[in-house]
Amino acid sequence: MEENKEIQMEEEKLVQETVADAETPLDKNVRLLSPTRMVLRRFFRSKLSIVGLVMLAALFVFSWLGPVVYTRWGETETDRTGNIEYKEFDLEINDGDPFVQVFVTDNGVNALAPPSGDHILGTDEQGMDIFTRLMYGGRLSLTISFLAVFLTSALGIIMGGIAGYYGGVVDNIIMRICDVLICLPTLPLMLIIGTVLDANRVPSAYYIYLLMGILSLFSWPGMARLVRGQILFLREQEYMVAAEAMGFSTSRRIFKHLIPNILPQILVSMTLSLGSMILYESTLSYLGLGVQIPYASWGTMIEIISKRSDILQNNFNVWGPSGICIIIAVLGFNFIGDGLRDALDPKQRR
Amino acid sequence: MFKYILKRLGVSILILIGVSFILYALLRCMPTSFVDQKINALNTSGATVSEEFKQALYKAYGLDGNILQGYFGWLGNMLKGNFGSSFISGREVISEIFNADRLGTSFIVAAIATIFEFLIAIPLGITAATHQYSLRDYFVTVLVLIGISLPSFFFGQMLKDLFANKLGWLPVSGMRDPSVTYSNGFEAAMDYLYHMVLPVLTVVVLSIGGRMRTTRTNMLEVLNSDYIRTARAKGLGEGKVIYKHAFRNTMIPVVTSLAGLIPSLFSGAMITESVFDLTGIGSYALNAMTQGDIPVIMTYNMFLAALSVLGVLLADLMYAVVDPRVKLA
Repeated sequence: MEENKEIQMEEEKLVQETVADAETPLDKNVRLLSPTRMVLRRFFRSKLSIVGLVMLAALFVFSWLGPVVYTRWGETETDRTGNIEYKEFDLEINDGDPFVQVFVTDNGVNALAPPSGDHILGTDEQGMDIFTRLMYGGRLSLTISFLAVFLTSALGIIMGGIAGYYGGVVDNIIMRICDVLICLPTLPLMLIIGTVLDANRVPSAYYIYLLMGILSLFSWPGMARLVRGQILFLREQEYMVAAEAMGFSTSRRIFKHLIPNILPQILVSMTLSLGSMILYESTLSYLGLGVQIPYASWGTMIEIISKRSDILQNNFNVWGPSGICIIIAVLGFNFIGDGLRDALDPKQRR
Repeated sequence: MFKYILKRLGVSILILIGVSFILYALLRCMPTSFVDQKINALNTSGATVSEEFKQALYKAYGLDGNILQGYFGWLGNMLKGNFGSSFISGREVISEIFNADRLGTSFIVAAIATIFEFLIAIPLGITAATHQYSLRDYFVTVLVLIGISLPSFFFGQMLKDLFANKLGWLPVSGMRDPSVTYSNGFEAAMDYLYHMVLPVLTVVVLSIGGRMRTTRTNMLEVLNSDYIRTARAKGLGEGKVIYKHAFRNTMIPVVTSLAGLIPSLFSGAMITESVFDLTGIGSYALNAMTQGDIPVIMTYNMFLAALSVLGVLLADLMYAVVDPRVKLA
């Protein structure tokens, strides 16, 4: 109620500004808002979208700038300071200078260390620094989900665009393919692809990229249906007919009139699927079929608790932080997607 | 109506054939198939493997010949009702999947979870919609969005750690307490339900969000419609407007979505079941998929696909039943 009043007053102010003096020409007197500005205003009015933006910005800074600033440990570097022995031998070499030879044997891995100044969040069962791996894992998890979503969306937009634009037989074929692909359950499909890649001994460095790439070959139908539906709807709108009647070229009609009107829905759906892609990636890694150790991803870092219940019980610092990071990332994308949907909805009066 | 259903069923069968071919082709991309592994295992144990034995194994698992031959062999067997035997256990896939221990467990978890999901999500969605943009709306929205954003394995393990390991209120895993012998059926049932609390809680928290969001959106749409304005204009009380006029219309999509729930009732929650060591169909399929057990993977995924095709069809039919404005053509 309070907020509504505020908005009303704001609108009244705008109107008053308009009436303020009738002599100056209209366009100088009225503050005109472009649709984009209006959407942005609505987006930033929602506190949740701002919170989401802040959360994601923090994660991006943490993952990309973090390893640059905090270089004490490497991503796959094992801390071998657990148990170090020094052995000294006095040596004398021919020219008479005596010196000491020191043998350092480090046969201990500093595994499962509690948080300390040395390791901000402790170490995992292989003696690797959790804080550092958290940052590198963020890089990988976020990169993978962005790549997968962009690839899926690109495929979906192209296929949906073709189907909607050409119609007829082409449309029919593409939509039937969509029907089939939509029936394939996502998580089992990912597991099968993961197992197949595993059996083919794909090198672990680009295993996850290949997996996400193959996955997007199967997951574009959602986006294609959305784009096709929008194109079919928009084609019948008066302004599209007007654009055609005014003799605009096909490319101008598509790029200036059609695409800007589909873009909002695409954007919302992409934002929301970024969140679910992070969830899928981490689930897969948790099952040992995603990012392969020693590379870090947030899911891989939780994997250990499915094998060792003592770590689950006693070492929250090993698996807790990456879970929290996953939640923050997914929640951030969901907040932003929600805010965008509200801001882009033309029926909204706020 | 009858003609419409027949046509849809025909299309469904075509879709299922497409799905099965994609799955089969994907699975055949495994180079060292399970048979080879099996043979290697025999080799390392010192036994000599004859070429005939190898060929017999290949034939038994339908892996001789190319993908097309293998696929049509599988399709033919399936149509005869022969889904093959599990590579791992050697037992018939059908009896492995469709028994009370597997499908039954998954169904019970999903059914209890769905009931709670509806009981919690719908009232939340309605209060959020009737108090749009209020503190209450924000609070509920943030809460359910957090629920959607939880990774199931992380949340499940956290619940397990907190309620089972640390507090000791609930059992850690499994379906029954092996140290107890039940004196009667009631005790057994209570112990069973006691073991179901954490898995159900995990599933409910993760699924409330989606249902609550759709309820809120539907309710908002209904509240903006003309007949609600009419109801208000003729002086009806707010309670009557919301619970009699708006609520009933909000229920249309909810009732329709009931049919769409059929797949999720039987498909099993893979991750949750494996976190809590339940013997449901989900954890069984998960195990089969990570080990490349082709007959189980094929049967399970075809079962899921058939359920989802059926769910969509039933949802469309329900829509026509519930909403008189919808006509099927």
